[in-house]
Amino acid sequence: MNGRATAVGVAGVSKTFRIPRQHIMSLKERALHPFKRVQVTDLHALKDVSFEIEQGEFFGIAGRNGSGKSTLLKCMAGVYRVDQGEITVAGRLVPFIELGVGFNQEMTALDNVVINGVMMGMSPREAQRRFHDVVGFAELEGFLDLKLKNYSSGMQVRLAFALMVQADADVLLIDEVLAVGDAAFQQKCFDAFHDLRERGKTVVLVTHDMHMVERFCQRAMLLDHGVVADIGDPPSVARRYLELNFEEAGEAEVTAARPGDLSHGVAIGDVWVEGQDGRRADSVGQGDPLVIRAEIESLAHIDDPEVGVTIHDESGAVVFGTTTRELGREEEPFQRGDRLSLRIALRNDLRPARYYVDCGVHEGTHRVAAFRPRATDFLVFGNRAQSGLVALDHTFDLERHPDRTEAATTP
Amino acid sequence: MSSIAAPRRVRGPSAFGGGLRRTLYLTWIIGLTEYRLTYFGSALGYLWALMRPLMLFGVLYVVFSKIVKFGDDIVNYPMLLLFNIVLFNFFADASTRAVTSLVDREAIVRKMHFPGMVIPFARVLSGGMNLAVSLVAVFIFLLAYGINPRWTWLLLPLLLVPLVLLTLAVAMLLSALFVRFRDVAPIWAVISSALFYGSPVLYAIDKVPEDYRQVLMLVNPLADILEQGRRWVIDPNAEGAIAAAGGGAWILVPVALGLGVLALAVWVFNHEAPRIAERL
Repeated sequence: MNGRATAVGVAGVSKTFRIPRQHIMSLKERALHPFKRVQVTDLHALKDVSFEIEQGEFFGIAGRNGSGKSTLLKCMAGVYRVDQGEITVAGRLVPFIELGVGFNQEMTALDNVVINGVMMGMSPREAQRRFHDVVGFAELEGFLDLKLKNYSSGMQVRLAFALMVQADADVLLIDEVLAVGDAAFQQKCFDAFHDLRERGKTVVLVTHDMHMVERFCQRAMLLDHGVVADIGDPPSVARRYLELNFEEAGEAEVTAARPGDLSHGVAIGDVWVEGQDGRRADSVGQGDPLVIRAEIESLAHIDDPEVGVTIHDESGAVVFGTTTRELGREEEPFQRGDRLSLRIALRNDLRPARYYVDCGVHEGTHRVAAFRPRATDFLVFGNRAQSGLVALDHTFDLERHPDRTEAATTP
Repeated sequence: MSSIAAPRRVRGPSAFGGGLRRTLYLTWIIGLTEYRLTYFGSALGYLWALMRPLMLFGVLYVVFSKIVKFGDDIVNYPMLLLFNIVLFNFFADASTRAVTSLVDREAIVRKMHFPGMVIPFARVLSGGMNLAVSLVAVFIFLLAYGINPRWTWLLLPLLLVPLVLLTLAVAMLLSALFVRFRDVAPIWAVISSALFYGSPVLYAIDKVPEDYRQVLMLVNPLADILEQGRRWVIDPNAEGAIAAAGGGAWILVPVALGLGVLALAVWVFNHEAPRIAERL
């Protein structure tokens, strides 16, 4: 990658928003208090940000909400003016801060393609010429006479994405556009991204989804509170991103009883996670030992108790669950006042993400004696680039046979 | 690797930046879109572009020509009324709709690099398309009324250019100020109706008491445009803007005033443009 020309140069860029306490000053207030200064709060969205993106590079900008990534994107796109520093771009830059900017619901696809094309810098005639390519990519040939408002949201997204791919820009700025559309279309978008890469286009992807960054980007940058927290290869940036999340999460710990907790004869007390060193942890490294602990107190006599724990991700998908009954164990009945400590030890083969732990006690197979959904949560960080819900331990052999077949002898 | 364009500095948003061609294309396409959507969904569609001024004309004609007998001593009064209404309506409609234009178009302004003035200009352009359609109807009415075509009708563009420039200036000024001060909308509603009565739309300038006549012609460029239009199009014996303004060099006062407003508008818009996206 060395020696390539710089496509986007950002040097010492700062941007401060002055946010008035009262957003809209009326003339009357101005007239009544001519010397009163508007009270403003300075919001430093970007502080001395510098980096370079090479030509043909697929560059990711990640950060949490409020980290300044959208502001940076808007500065690069020329929507906001920077206060300090300089941004340079080689070639034509087209931003996609939102898909389908300027789409008009009352007009047909053709009208919208032309309007959007002109906004991206084409002449009306050029935009018209591209219409068939765009509609072909979006697979909307059968719906050309419909007004846009009669399109499904998925169809609109397809049209907008097709416009982006066909825009023929040298540098594309893309902001969180793939969060929409069905799976098949997302796949098509991914293919289009690969295609853009092949054609030497520079693509800047701004997202808070680290998987996207790891999947597509050759290099990534992490913004945090308006400064560059990390810049480098995506896996290490992703790891830093999760660490940042964890630091922040640690500041606000909530373990009090919450709505949703059930208690009918058994009380589930503290539930927590321990890391490698046996101490309470909010985050656990991938491949490290993971221990789930809980304190349980019986408030009544419970026949045939079953104690269990499930681990699920943000979406609610259960990634792992285990109970005493499933392990084939029969527990003695709990007596009133019995106190129990639960300890489940496993190796952390989870994918980097945030996970939640539910803990429950059943009496027999049906009656719920206690249940604490999301009793605790923890973060998994790691840099193994794999896909899927879990990072299963595995070996991977790819053996090359010395004797080639006839058909594949050409190098 | 193909040849790479030289790096250029991203200058951020401005009033006029981004290339003249793109600015023109954008103004055209947005103006056209707005024009097409103005009467969208109504049963009569584009006919409204004609019907609206004609209906307003009908009301005013009945009131001022038949009831209060206001225009009896003005030559071709009904046609003067129609002509004036069409011109003034363009100014009032386009400027009023331009006030909120930047705020209305927030979705674009905040998401694309944009020469800011395109937005108010597009509103004026769509108003201009209406004006063009209406003027065709006006001239058909003039012929039907029995006014003979004269070569001075060809001077119409000399009226329209200052009218459009003045409208553009007001549109730029108001749209930029509205982003900061939302009071601009009600204030302009009052001012534009004051201008309606303060310009010779319902009346001819000779109806104004002599003491005020010259003052009116000097402080209100719209008065000069309408009065000159009356001489060129409706009544060749009318004295025209130059004479009504006091003769000779006096006419330069309203011209300078109009240019002053234009310069102020360009300065204000240029000053505000870089921050418009942030303030919306």
